[in-house]
This record gives sequence, structure tokens and C-alpha cells, in this order.
Amino acid sequence: MTDIADRRTALGILARSPAGLLAERMARIETVPAYTWLRKPETGTLMLRGRIGGDGELFNVGEATLTRCTLRTDDGTVGVGTVLGRNAAKAEQVALCDALLQRPATAASVLSEVIGPLAEAEYERQAREAAEVAASRVDFFTLVRGED
Amino acid sequence: MYVAVKGGERAIAKSHELLARARRGDPGVPELSIAQIKEQLRLAVARVMSEGSLYDEDLAALAIKQAAGDLIEAIFLLRAYRTTLPRLSESQPLATGRMRLARRISAAFKDLPGGQVLGPTYDYTQRLLDFSLMDEVSETMPAGAASAEAFAEPFAESIVAPGIGELLGREGLLEAALPKADDPAPYDLTRDPLLFPVDRATRLQNLARGDEGFLLAMGYSTQRGYSTTHPFAGEIRHGAVPVEVFVDELGFAVEVGEIELTECQLITDFEGSATQAPQFTRGYGLAFGHAERKAMAMALVDRALRAREFGEQINLRDHPANNEEFVLSHSDNVEASGFVQHLKLPHYVDFQSNLDLLRRLRTEWEAARAAANREAA
Repeated sequence: MTDIADRRTALGILARSPAGLLAERMARIETVPAYTWLRKPETGTLMLRGRIGGDGELFNVGEATLTRCTLRTDDGTVGVGTVLGRNAAKAEQVALCDALLQRPATAASVLSEVIGPLAEAEYERQAREAAEVAASRVDFFTLVRGED
Repeated sequence: MYVAVKGGERAIAKSHELLARARRGDPGVPELSIAQIKEQLRLAVARVMSEGSLYDEDLAALAIKQAAGDLIEAIFLLRAYRTTLPRLSESQPLATGRMRLARRISAAFKDLPGGQVLGPTYDYTQRLLDFSLMDEVSETMPAGAASAEAFAEPFAESIVAPGIGELLGREGLLEAALPKADDPAPYDLTRDPLLFPVDRATRLQNLARGDEGFLLAMGYSTQRGYSTTHPFAGEIRHGAVPVEVFVDELGFAVEVGEIELTECQLITDFEGSATQAPQFTRGYGLAFGHAERKAMAMALVDRALRAREFGEQINLRDHPANNEEFVLSHSDNVEASGFVQHLKLPHYVDFQSNLDLLRRLRTEWEAARAAANREAA
């Protein structure tokens, strides 16, 4: 699991998952290697940039809280966690997962115990929301007026 | 000039205690939780995040609780907290076209690609008080909202649809919105002061954090005739948008989560000029959370502030919504509230000097009048 697209996908799933669910899945990983911080979790702001009209020039919409950290496991693998919000534990778990996914010995179990179930939970969450939204789909009709 | 005063420490400490008690109210009534505010006062949370200019639902809910529901005070609290945080990064441009739609309507395009979904809206409610909400025990969720089983299709693909930018594009009837050639970083009002004249990107940053009530009144004034815009609601959409950040250690951008946004595209006729063909022009509004009134008011004011760009007849004295300096200097409710409320601080020295001056003027006026009376007699 060294492919950039896979790593990007996994990091996205981890970041979008609720912190409680991520912690629950991470608790199933039995052998967690020792690691040191390259960058301890720190919370700051992210300036959110939008585009005028949705597709035009850049403008600053406002900020969001962001927490990030970088760690290195005992075999030298670097894991990165960057998540919206102020949850340092979540950023740490994302970074740890990122590192474990790059190690051949641990990648498979993290995929099956963490990434897979989180992706499934997200899909279900979104599919349920989408069904509720789709129920309010509307077709407006314009009435023919009497003059012709 | 304000002259500082000293004293009152003990009274202020006691006032803080009273404030804490007043905020809590009757201790016999259960305390509000942050989760309750977040889940059940989501529109208040959205407003505090937008105008506090910081997307963090927990902090906005905390601010609302601490401010006892005074949203402008809560916005102040969030802004103050923001200043304690370091700026870590800037996001990749938010792709509102990738929004997982919770609501999307158009009052101009009946059959726009992707269709229209009403989602949760107060628009079609009758505005009758629902007394069943008074009874917390009997409050039940409509079956549909509680579980998807009530729907024909319990699961569905998320609805994603392109924005209106592409519509009418072939005929060139809708103003195109294009990034600048080198896509430069926008001026940032959190780092640099507001200096006039400003570009549209800076105006939008100011309006995005501007007071909803103020922008609503300004937008309303343009509809009532204190300007010349007559817009259509081209599209209003609300839903979740992914946020991407370029991470240096990785060398590529990753998603760091999702935020909820409300986007409004208003379109307005433009008669054309010597150099520009007639077309629909656009006003743009974007707000955190579900905030349609705010996004619409912002889009109205954005378009009004572009009047000069289109060579429209404007009268800055009589049409305040067209007056960039007037609008942008008075849109911020933290500044406005601070300046209005500073009048409560002791001004004893100023007042004393004004009083002395008034007494002298009064004496002079009476002497002059007595002299005039003597001459007349």
C-alpha cells in the first residue's frame, strides 16, 4: 500500500470518519509499533479558500480549526495525520494508521480492521442521508394561463 | 478621547458571579449540553461560525452557551479565540460543485441538470407555533427522519450536480466566472487592513463574515429601489463539501474532513455597454452551515457593489448598498458592537469637560442676550 492514490484515499476515509468510530476500530489493532514524534499534534487554523461564483477567482471564505501531526515508527516509516477540528487523539490515530498502511507486515490488518469498515460505515451513512434527501426531490410545473 | 478610569474591581468580580448565575438560570432545570446546542440549534451554530469566521461546531456551540444565546456576543468569543491560534495552512479551493446536496433549488431554471431537492426548509411551513414541541416527552421524530425504511429506496447515491456556471454558457448569456491567469492568492483581511477601493475577492471575504441582519437590510434596500438590481435566484444549494489541504510531508493534497456550506448564485439582467454584450451577471454568496438568508443577502450585496464595474447609474449618497466604503466599513458586528457599546464605559472626564464648556457658552449667551435686550429697550 504505497501507491499515492491509495494513501490519499485511506487518509480521506480516516479524516472523514467520526473520531469515536475511528478509535473503536483502532482498538482492534493488536501490535502497535513504538513511534516518536517528528511533529507533535498541534492545533491551528486553516484558511478556507473558495472561488467566486464557484468556479472563478479565489477568495478567503473564513477559517476552520485544523490539527496535524507527523510520527515515525521504530522501523523508520513516517505517518502523517491532518484533520479538521481540534481532536489531537484523532490526528494521532490517523498518522499511526498512515504509517501502518505503509508497512507490509501491518497493512493488511489495518485495511481489513480499520479502513474497510470505516469506508463501509461512511457509505451507509451517506446512502441513508441521500435516500432521505431524494425523497424531497421536486418537479415544479408552470401553469398555462387563460389568455391563449 | 477616552480617559481611562480605575476602581470597581470588587464590583466587577461580583458582577461576573451574577453573570454566571444568570447564564445558568434555575439550577432545577437541566443544564444545556454542547451536543444539544450543536444538534438542536444548528442554525444558530451556523451563524456563529460564519460571522465568527471560524468553522468549528463545538466551539460555536460552546460560545452560544457561554453567551447565554446572545449570538453577537458568541461571535465575538469565537473571533477572540481564533486570534490565539496559529495559521497552519490554506485549503485547496472548495469545490462546491462536488457538494453532496442536502437541498438545491432554482427559481430561474425549472429543469436544471441534477434536478431540485427541497431538503429541510422552513419555506413551506405555515409559521404556526407547534405546541407539541412544548411537551418534550411526547416529541417524536417523523418516521422518515428517524429511519430510512420509510422511503421506497432506503439507500441511494448521494446527489451531486454541477453549478449553474455551465448553463447558458454556449450562448454566452450568463457571465463566465474564470480564475485569473496565475490564480493569485487573495488579499487576506485577517492579516491586512481594509483599504479602499478593494477587489471583489476582498469584498466577499468581508461579506462572508459580515452581520446577517446588516446584509439583509442592505440587500432588501436594493430590492425596494435604493439601487437598480432585480435578480433571480439562479441556484441555492446546501450540503457537505470535502476540504483538501496540500501536505508538505506527503507532497500531495489530502482530504482532511468535510464542512457544510450554503451557496447562492443570483443572476441579474445587464443591458450591455459599448464593449460588453447584454447578458446575465452574477452575484455570489457563500456561508458556513445551513444559512440561506445570509447567502442570499450576501449575493445581493455582492452584485450591488459591482454596479460601477458594469457602468450602472449609481448614486452613492442615496443608494448605500452601492457604496463599497459604507457597506464594508459597517458590516462587521464585532466592530460595530464594540464601538456602540463602548459608550457604556465611564466617560466622566469627557463629560466634565463638555459640561464646563456648555456652562461657559451658556454664560456668554445669557450676557449677549441681556446686552441685546438693553439695546432694544
